[in-house]
Amino acid sequence: MSLSRMLENWSRLNQRDYYKDEPIMWGMSIDLNKCTGCASCVTACYAENNIPAVGKEKCATGHTMHWLRIERYWDLPESEADLAVEESEYPERGAHFAPMMCQQCNHAPCEPVCPVAATYHNPDGLNAQVYNRCIGSRYCGTNCPFKVRYFNFFDYSEDIPHPMEMLLNPDLTVRSKGVMEKCTFCVQRLRNAKGDQADKGIRGHVEDGAVQTACQQSCPTEAIVFGNLKDSESKVSKAWEDHNVELNRHEQFHEEGERGYRVFEELNVEPSVMYLDRVRDTNA
Amino acid sequence: MSDFKMKDIAWAKINEDVLASLESPRKAFWIVLAVCFALVLCGAAAEIYQYNEGLGVALMNNPHYWQTYISNFVFWIGMSHSGTLLSAILLLTQADWRKPIYRFAEAMTFFSIATAAIFPVIHIGRVWDMYWVLPYPNQHAIWPNFRSPLLWDAFAITTYATSSALFLYIGMIPDLAICRDKAKGWRKKLYTAMSLGWMGRATEWIAFQKTYVLMACFLVPLAVSVHSIVASDFAMSMMPGWHVTSFPPYFVAGALYSGCAAIITLFVLLRYLFKFEAYMTPEIMDKTARLTFAIAMAWNFLNLSEYASIWYSHDMFEHEMLIDKFTGPYAGVVWTMLFCATIVPFAMAWKKVRVNMWAMFVISLLIQLGMWLERFQIVSPPLASNHEPWTQVAVWPGLVQMTITAASFGWFTMLFLIFCKVFPSVSMYEVKEMVYHRNKHGKKKLQDLEKIKDDMIKTEEGLS
Repeated sequence: MSLSRMLENWSRLNQRDYYKDEPIMWGMSIDLNKCTGCASCVTACYAENNIPAVGKEKCATGHTMHWLRIERYWDLPESEADLAVEESEYPERGAHFAPMMCQQCNHAPCEPVCPVAATYHNPDGLNAQVYNRCIGSRYCGTNCPFKVRYFNFFDYSEDIPHPMEMLLNPDLTVRSKGVMEKCTFCVQRLRNAKGDQADKGIRGHVEDGAVQTACQQSCPTEAIVFGNLKDSESKVSKAWEDHNVELNRHEQFHEEGERGYRVFEELNVEPSVMYLDRVRDTNA
Repeated sequence: MSDFKMKDIAWAKINEDVLASLESPRKAFWIVLAVCFALVLCGAAAEIYQYNEGLGVALMNNPHYWQTYISNFVFWIGMSHSGTLLSAILLLTQADWRKPIYRFAEAMTFFSIATAAIFPVIHIGRVWDMYWVLPYPNQHAIWPNFRSPLLWDAFAITTYATSSALFLYIGMIPDLAICRDKAKGWRKKLYTAMSLGWMGRATEWIAFQKTYVLMACFLVPLAVSVHSIVASDFAMSMMPGWHVTSFPPYFVAGALYSGCAAIITLFVLLRYLFKFEAYMTPEIMDKTARLTFAIAMAWNFLNLSEYASIWYSHDMFEHEMLIDKFTGPYAGVVWTMLFCATIVPFAMAWKKVRVNMWAMFVISLLIQLGMWLERFQIVSPPLASNHEPWTQVAVWPGLVQMTITAASFGWFTMLFLIFCKVFPSVSMYEVKEMVYHRNKHGKKKLQDLEKIKDDMIKTEEGLS
């Protein structure tokens, strides 16, 4: 806390290419064609990140803490065939599932509004949440267009019955009452992977596939691909390239076979997660 | 001195009447005070419960992170603005009808800020770490985030609370001296300390007037900036329904509007409780009502232009939110708000209504209800109709939130009534000025002028 820090040009933190010389930027690609909505990613996320299961009653009042949630959408009828199906006895043609977690925006709306700077962008392209610094004003949550921030409205850790606390993952904290939390891209795993590389004497590079997020690891259809977007050889940056999705673009221009988009990219928030649109056979 | 008093009985009566308000209010005063105190106790119980259990008991939930604590905060900050309007702006524009009522309006300013300042404390998740928003030297080696409107709020509120308290206090010093001269017991000690040895010398009056006008000049832009900053809490965000560029002027107009309504409510209340019928006349009520009407129209214009700018914009989310406001789960709130804040003020177009105390009392309460709902419909419906369809669920404030809201009204009224019991709530010296000026500019005007000229000639002769 120095005067020079205070006189720094803070607006540069708002620039998307502030960390452009850093070797790592974590990113993700989710193929909605492959997603079956089985929710194993949600379960894995709960287990990995010590997320409290709040129970039936608190779920009903909207206090659920799922960092990763499966959103279910029913497609609007697009063609004559669709309308015929709508009118039939079984109108569903199957739902459309979208796993939704923190999009680790590169131009995150949650960051500038936090009064105590508890959420900030780290050099690895993650939108970091510092639990110890959070005072719980919940401004970040209201300003998040994805509404993927979860507030500890109760002290859930106190409710864990005795031997069950042994189940908690020791790699990360148990959050207390009054702080905001959200998906971290399993930052504890990323730190471990970076540490392992550092032990081998390699700095600033993590081999593709050396680290998996819990949701990616548990996805039976491998819909989720995770990796370093700055490594042009990684699976995730190839997927981004294949589907012609780029950072710093507010809408994606698609040719035949390219299905990539980022949710709410027109809001200029620069998400790090690319979704691949679901393909439907409209003539069936 | 005694000679002077004998001559002008009305002046002495002003002192007597106002000082009597410190002694013997009507019985209803104690009843109102007791009710307010009971409300405050209920609110304290609710807050203790919420503090122990967690904010979840207030029934806010995950997409619906903000609710009545924020709307109450905006409401009370807003209410504080009209005090500044009445005392500072009307002081600078030299509207002398403000004189009998500006003191309590200033007190209202200060106590509504004191009420508003409680709400961030209730709202915040970890209140014990709240001081982190202040930029103080610390071992964390971290500054607060100067880009956050909430931080600007912290600065704005502390500045506004300090300056409005000073303004109230400075304006009260000559009156405190009068109290000091008349009081006995603990009051004597209090007034002696607070009147800072005021003797009423000409030099003191000159210094006093200068300070007072300077403070007024400082307070007017400050008040406007404070509510603009509160508005930027919303306008700076990217939520549909909050992301509105016209919010700062809209909030300032809304603040003046609800504050003027509050002045009318307290006007009637004080007039009755402290028997101020001779001072707070229907004539003044008429002027206050006209002012309120003008501000109501300004607010309505800004409200409509906000709707229009959303309607003619091509933002899908904003559109949806606007339609949802009028037809969605919060439609009842929005329509009640429009009835209370847009239709009801037109009753003030009739003079018969404007001079009728109890009619104005009811109208002012309805306007305040409307303006409270206005704050609620700014905060809540956008959270139930934003970008993300998954979160589109209406959430209503629970019992805890409503108890604390009611308690805030009790808290404010309690502080205000205690103030009026301990300090003179009608400015004695300004009322005297008013009486003097009215006499002077009335029938005896010409004679007075002759006399003043004579005096001046005499003085000049003496000087040379």
